[in-house]
Amino acid sequence: MQAATQATLDFLKLYWAPLLCGVVIVAVLPLIVGYIVLVERKLMADMQARLGPMRVGPHGLLQPIADAVKLLIKEDIIPDDADKLVFWLAPVFSVGAALLAIAGLAFGPAFQIAQDLNIGILFVVGISALGIFGIVLGGWASNSHYSLMGALRSSAQLVSYETAAGMALVCGLLFAGTLNIKSIVAAQGTQGVWFGFLAPVAFFTYLVASIAETNRAPFDLPEAESELVAGYMTEFSGFRWSLYFLAEYTNMIVVASVATTLFLGGWLRPFANVRWLNFLDYLPPLLMMGIAGYCVLRMPKQPTRVQQMFMLAVAGLCLVVAMVLAAPVLLPFVKPSLKEAVAPFYAGIHGGFWFIFKVSAYLYFFMWLRFTIPRYRFDQLMRLGWHFLIPLSIINVLVVGVALIVGSYFNLQGWALLLATTPAAIVALVAALAILSIDQKKQARQAGTAATDFYAG
Amino acid sequence: MLDKVIFYFFAGIAVGSAALMVTRRNAVHSAIFLIATLLATAGIFLQLRAEFIFIVQIILYVGGIMVLFIFVIMLVNLDVALLQIKFARQKWVALVVTLALTAQVGLLFWTTGKMPGQGFPILTAAPVNRLPPNAEAVAKSLFSSYLLPFEIASVLLLVAMIGAVVMAKKRT
Repeated sequence: MQAATQATLDFLKLYWAPLLCGVVIVAVLPLIVGYIVLVERKLMADMQARLGPMRVGPHGLLQPIADAVKLLIKEDIIPDDADKLVFWLAPVFSVGAALLAIAGLAFGPAFQIAQDLNIGILFVVGISALGIFGIVLGGWASNSHYSLMGALRSSAQLVSYETAAGMALVCGLLFAGTLNIKSIVAAQGTQGVWFGFLAPVAFFTYLVASIAETNRAPFDLPEAESELVAGYMTEFSGFRWSLYFLAEYTNMIVVASVATTLFLGGWLRPFANVRWLNFLDYLPPLLMMGIAGYCVLRMPKQPTRVQQMFMLAVAGLCLVVAMVLAAPVLLPFVKPSLKEAVAPFYAGIHGGFWFIFKVSAYLYFFMWLRFTIPRYRFDQLMRLGWHFLIPLSIINVLVVGVALIVGSYFNLQGWALLLATTPAAIVALVAALAILSIDQKKQARQAGTAATDFYAG
Repeated sequence: MLDKVIFYFFAGIAVGSAALMVTRRNAVHSAIFLIATLLATAGIFLQLRAEFIFIVQIILYVGGIMVLFIFVIMLVNLDVALLQIKFARQKWVALVVTLALTAQVGLLFWTTGKMPGQGFPILTAAPVNRLPPNAEAVAKSLFSSYLLPFEIASVLLLVAMIGAVVMAKKRT
């Protein structure tokens, strides 16, 4: 007993910070996900010339909380023929994998749960791939045809697009030369150029594959309402369903963070090495001030007193964030001796801001696509994956390797490396398009013979 | 002490769920317990500061092979499999083989303990707060000292993959 308590104390002494961060993430993430859903609904409404949720709070700002309460107090239904244990386990598995993957990510130089993980990006990708069990087992345990078909489709889609995504990541990692997330961002800092510019084809491949992996439109086949009700989630309701939802949105955050880390410079400011662009440091506090000012301006327009107070509270929150962001930039002007002391705070706070900013931009792009492009058919989806993206990503890895050798031969660094990588990207694209056109020609010929056979018969 | 607690935690999960995996009637339940065993083994790798092996275990076995297993289990008609269990004589053969293996391993431990100055080599563990860069170490040994075996293995895998595709194509 004594030994056990001693061990627990040792454990807490060593790992109190990661544990605290983990608890904070698990506690706050559902709220963040709720607000992402709200933003998505507002955006959808805007693109479809509607207002979206407006009733709960000013401009529907409290809608996520109302939704969460509704989901929590809903009746929890387990079908009679379902496999109870697996039915219970599947959503938990999904959420667990998604949350665990977050542990490997670094939201800024200061905030990482698994500090300095040597296998960094491999950990994130490998763990988040486990979420597929939640989908497959959930579909199987429901004992319903719609669920099973949805689960099979979903897992086929995940497995095929993971290959393309993995190859795209390999391409980015070739430039970084390390798996450690902090070192990857540091490599982009020393090179002075984001890997997204150096490996545009890999970035594109990862973008498409990550949409498919998170089951988002236009690749949301598993949940195609018109064909499969709600795919693997058909039999789930209330809290279990919301767990799946949480896992899906957490996975979106994970893929966006991976893309940001590897291709968009992580927590580095845009053009972090260019001196005369240092004024960009004032942008984050000014942006927050702007939002706060807008809220104050809109305050008198609100119909009730409570909503006015709420608007003011939002403005105050934005102002506080602006102050926190401005402090490390402005303090050195007041007291130049503080410059050294403030530097880590500057890196942590502004790094966090830029990281979250880029992740939000990536998510915004996801939503934008969702409301713009119609859904693919399943065979189209599979053909896009296997006949275009996977050849493209494999060729791209080969060609980028050659470009890197050429670059090191001519001693190209930073932006000059574009001289070697741009032709490589073009070669990869042309080769993949050639493969696609040959394939399509062959299929057209097969279809033609089949048609003639049909008429002959 | 902490290491011991973590080891026994993971080892307990691994052994317990392995036993459950063998005894479950439902094939999907067995697969879930096999996943638990593999994850617990990965945890032991991590506890030995072999983080690269840990993630490879998870990606390959749990994320790759087990997904395939579950696919097959779902698609195969399970009633047939349940009927076959009744006529299985493998149980007793398996029991004998397991007992023989256990005796062998026990004998090994016993004799190595007896020999003076021999025993199993005990490596010094890496410090807790600083992990050795194992992905780099694995890559270096694979691509320098063991390049030829590595290439042979990859050609073998490629041949197996192409062979599978060819066999699948022939049937249709």
